[in-house]
Amino acid sequence: MKYIKKDFPIFKNQKDLIFLDTAASAQKPSCVIEAEKEFYEKYYANIHRGIYKLSQKATNLYDEAREKVRNFINAKYFEEIIFTRNATESINLIASCLAKDIFQDGDEIIISALEHHANILPWQLIQKFKKIKIKIISIDDEGNIDFQNFLSLFSNRTKLVSILHVSNVLGNILPIEKIISEAKKRKVLTLIDGCQAVSNFKVDMQKLDCDFYVFSSHKVYGPTGLGILYGKKDLLEKLSPYQGGGDMIKSVTFESSTYNDLPYKFEAGTPAFVQAYAFSKVFDYLENIGFENIFNHSQNLLKYLEKNLKNIFKDDIKIFGSNNKVGICSFIIKDESSRLKMIHPHDIGTYLDEFNIAIRVGHHCAEPLIKRLNISSTARISFGIYNDIEDVDKLISKLKDIKKFL
Amino acid sequence: MEEFKELYQEIILEHSKCPRNFKEMEKPSSCANGHNSMCGDKLIVYLKLDPNKKIIDVSFKGVGCAICIASASLMTEAVLNKSFLETKAIFEKFHNMLTKDCNFECLSISEEKLLALSGVKKYPVRVKCATLAWHTLIEALKAL
Repeated sequence: MKYIKKDFPIFKNQKDLIFLDTAASAQKPSCVIEAEKEFYEKYYANIHRGIYKLSQKATNLYDEAREKVRNFINAKYFEEIIFTRNATESINLIASCLAKDIFQDGDEIIISALEHHANILPWQLIQKFKKIKIKIISIDDEGNIDFQNFLSLFSNRTKLVSILHVSNVLGNILPIEKIISEAKKRKVLTLIDGCQAVSNFKVDMQKLDCDFYVFSSHKVYGPTGLGILYGKKDLLEKLSPYQGGGDMIKSVTFESSTYNDLPYKFEAGTPAFVQAYAFSKVFDYLENIGFENIFNHSQNLLKYLEKNLKNIFKDDIKIFGSNNKVGICSFIIKDESSRLKMIHPHDIGTYLDEFNIAIRVGHHCAEPLIKRLNISSTARISFGIYNDIEDVDKLISKLKDIKKFL
Repeated sequence: MEEFKELYQEIILEHSKCPRNFKEMEKPSSCANGHNSMCGDKLIVYLKLDPNKKIIDVSFKGVGCAICIASASLMTEAVLNKSFLETKAIFEKFHNMLTKDCNFECLSISEEKLLALSGVKKYPVRVKCATLAWHTLIEALKAL
C-alpha cells in the first residue's frame, strides 16, 4: 500500500494536501480519469440510438461496464444492475416504486437510528401519498443496534427493512447478514445502503441475499453522477418504471406505451454511460491491490490514529463508534475553559485547513444520530487507500497544538 | 496562519469561551430559534423591549462554533438600547463588512467591537456562523 498516492493526480497538483475526507467522496486514480478522457476522445456517441458503428461501440462499452459491476458485487444477473445518478436516487427510486406497486396504507417499514438522511427522507416523502409507518431501531451509545428492539419492531404489516451497511458517521459495520436473515424469515423485503461498505470490503449479493443494495460510484474512487441500484430480478420485473422518457420504452403512442426490459426500464433518458465506463476501470485497480490489503491498511491507520489521539488528549477526547468499524474516526475534543465544554468541530476543521488537512465536520447528514448521541456535531477523519502513516503523523503533530490557538 | 489568527483573535476566543448574556430570559417580549443546517448550530435569542420599542434586554442560549458564539455575544452588547431600525442598520453594515470590500463605519463604542469579526471575510463558508445570531435576532424582532 506504499505507492498508492502516485496513482492519484490530485496529490501531484495539491502538493501538501492531507486528504482525510474519503467517506464524503474519494479522490480519483489516473485509470478512472484517463478512461473518461479515452471514451470522449475515441468512442463517444449516444448509446442505444444510432445504427452506426460508433454508437454500437459506445453501447457495448456501457453494457460491458454493467457486466463488470455485476461481477464486482457478484450479482446473479446482468439485468439486476441499474445505473442511477447516485445512491440517493437509487433509494428514492425504490421508495417511489414500492409506494406505487407494493405498499398499502397501514404498512410499516423499519430503519435504524444510524441512517443517513438519504435513507430517511425518501420514506417520509412517500408518506405524502401512502400512509406508511416508519419504525426506528434503537442503538446504544456506541452505535450498536439493539437487536432485541429490532426484532420487536416486526409486525404483520412490516414490508421492508431499509438499513445502512456501514455508518457514515461512526464507521460501525452492522450485522446485516443477521438483519437480512431475520427479515427473510418474516418475508420482509430488505434494502441495504452500502455507500461506506463497498470501498472498504467485498460485498457479495448472492451471499447477502438482500432484495436491494445501493451505492455511489464517487465514494468508490469512481466518477461523480453515477449510482448503482442492485435489485433482485423477479422483484424489479414486478415494479413499474420510476421515470418516463427515452430508452425505457419499447413503443409509444399518445394513449399508452410498452416499457422496455430490465435493466433499461429504470434508466429513462441518456444515462451517465461515460462515467459507467470509467467506473468499471476501478474494479480491476482495487482487486489488484486486494480488498484484504485495503481493509487491513485502513485498520492499521485507524488504530494508530486513535492510539495517538488518546495519548495526547487523554480524557479530553471522546471517540465515537464501536470496536468493529471501517477507517472512520468521529470525535470531539473537550475544553473545560469554555462554557460549551468543547472545541467546536467547525473550529477544528478551520484550524486543520490552515495546514491543508481536509477533514469533515458537522452532523454528516445524519442529524437524528447526532441528536441521539447527545452532541451537536463531530469532527470526522476518514481514510482512503492513498492515506499513509505520514498523513496521520502530520495530522497528529498539528492537532496536538490546537489548544494553543483555540 | 496570519488569516487564521486574525479570525480567531483574542477577543473572539474570549467571547466564545465566556459569552456575555448567555442565558435564558424570563418573560421575554419575543424570542426566536436559529438553525444553521450545514453544521447543526442552534441558537435561541431572547429580547425584552420597552414601550418605545427599544431593546432593553437581550440574551441567547445554544450551541455553536467559536465564531457563532462570539458573534452572538458581541451582538448582544452592540444592540442593547437600540431600536428595531437601528438594529437592522447595524446588521446591514456588519453583513457588508463580512461579505463586501468595504469598511465598517463605526457609530458607537458598543459597535466597534464587532470589527473583531472582520477576519471572517477571508473565510466565506464561515459567514453563516457569524450571522446566525443576527438572523435569529431579526426574526425575534419581526415576530413582535
